Amino acid sequence: MANATHGGAAIARPMEPVHPAYVRVTHWINAVAIVAMIGSGWEIYNASPLFPFVFPKSITLGGWLAGALLWHFAAMWLLVANGLVYVILGLVTGRFRRRLLPLRPADFIRDLRAALSGRLAYDDLSVYNAVQKALYIGVILAGILIVVSGLSIWKPVQLRELTALFGGYDTARFVHFFTMAAIVVFLAVHVVMAIIVPKSRLWAMIRGR
Amino acid sequence: MGDDPRPLRRPGRSRSRTSVPGVDAGLLAKDAAKLLREPTRRHFLRAGASVGALAFLSGCDIIDGPSAENALRIVSRFNDRVQAWLFNPNRLAPTYPESAITRPFPFNAYYREEEAPDIDEDNYKLLIDGLVDDKRPWALDRLYVLPQETQITRLVCVEGWSAIGKWTGTPLREFLRRIGADTRAKYVHFVCAEGYSSSIDMATALHPQTQLTFKYDGEILPPKYGFPMRVRIPTKLGFKNPKHVIGLAVLNNYTGGYWEDQGYNWFSGL
Repeated sequence: MANATHGGAAIARPMEPVHPAYVRVTHWINAVAIVAMIGSGWEIYNASPLFPFVFPKSITLGGWLAGALLWHFAAMWLLVANGLVYVILGLVTGRFRRRLLPLRPADFIRDLRAALSGRLAYDDLSVYNAVQKALYIGVILAGILIVVSGLSIWKPVQLRELTALFGGYDTARFVHFFTMAAIVVFLAVHVVMAIIVPKSRLWAMIRGR
Repeated sequence: MGDDPRPLRRPGRSRSRTSVPGVDAGLLAKDAAKLLREPTRRHFLRAGASVGALAFLSGCDIIDGPSAENALRIVSRFNDRVQAWLFNPNRLAPTYPESAITRPFPFNAYYREEEAPDIDEDNYKLLIDGLVDDKRPWALDRLYVLPQETQITRLVCVEGWSAIGKWTGTPLREFLRRIGADTRAKYVHFVCAEGYSSSIDMATALHPQTQLTFKYDGEILPPKYGFPMRVRIPTKLGFKNPKHVIGLAVLNNYTGGYWEDQGYNWFSGL
């Protein structure tokens, strides 16, 4: 199998875990928070759908609107506090810079082609290919956007400038919805890849290596 | 739906529950007094939270057990405090031009109109209770001559939809001043003809846009919009805008409200 990921640029340091402890802890807290936010968010959506469909009750959280809102406005603290820790440490430790940059369009196209034809290798878990970089950068930005658009829906008076920035209350609801959809697509790809790619990546996120 | 303060029904709750034809003012006064005295009952998530997306955790009592209810209730109280802290008493809700008014104002007229209490305007009295100097009830003709203002603001429903409407009435803070209310008290509680109730924080009660509303779109409130008086609060979700208000009390004890007691966040500020 051809290694199309990296031209030997990064040499894994043997003593450094693939994922430091803070990444593993915040990853799994985030997993719980995001599932709770999405499940309760779907139930909230069902109370006043933006599109001609609702989410099946069996995959929503909260049972009814009030229950879903309680979950949503409780899990938001977990999501935001945990997300802040992750983003701040990612920036301060330089992990974001080392792992996620540089991201070059040419690399992305090359790796995307390789991935789609099943020829993208994952020899070194500590080095991300360009497709991974793009997805991880994208989902971090989506995470920020979902929180900010959520704030603008929650507080359209106290944060009225922010709501106006999203084009008003009603438009902000659509932004919040589509950002959720993007995160769900990411999650689907992410979970499938974590399961099907050999040399368990899942295990690395639990044990560190 | 519509701008009704009761946009939601719990699963299994009868839709005709609130129907109270022929309002008896004396009886309501007693009911209102009882409501204000009784400690709030909280049937929190009585139906149980569905396990839903966290089905993989079911069986371990985390999601739908009483411990989850308690935890969520504590967080909701915490969110009340956060929102009170975020609330800026000088921050106005956006106002809109006439052309932005949502027409027709969203409303599920069919069963709502049937349910709307049939209030006799000649016998209507707004009852006043609690920490106020003047507890004389207010007849409609006295209310109608109070100074009035008009606002075109957005009503945001807890369900997520919103609509822009035009409301005319007296700023609640002006009314509180006239009845000699103790504005250092914590809460203002509202009792409605159909048995609905809600309560708000004093800071919101004193907000310049919080209004005792008598007119919608230039016309006397029709029954579906809360005849003869509703409370319009553009800094709170729609269900905190009670209709058919027949009682107002200034209090220091927490009284919750119809939906608040069932799990909706009490502050529900925008």
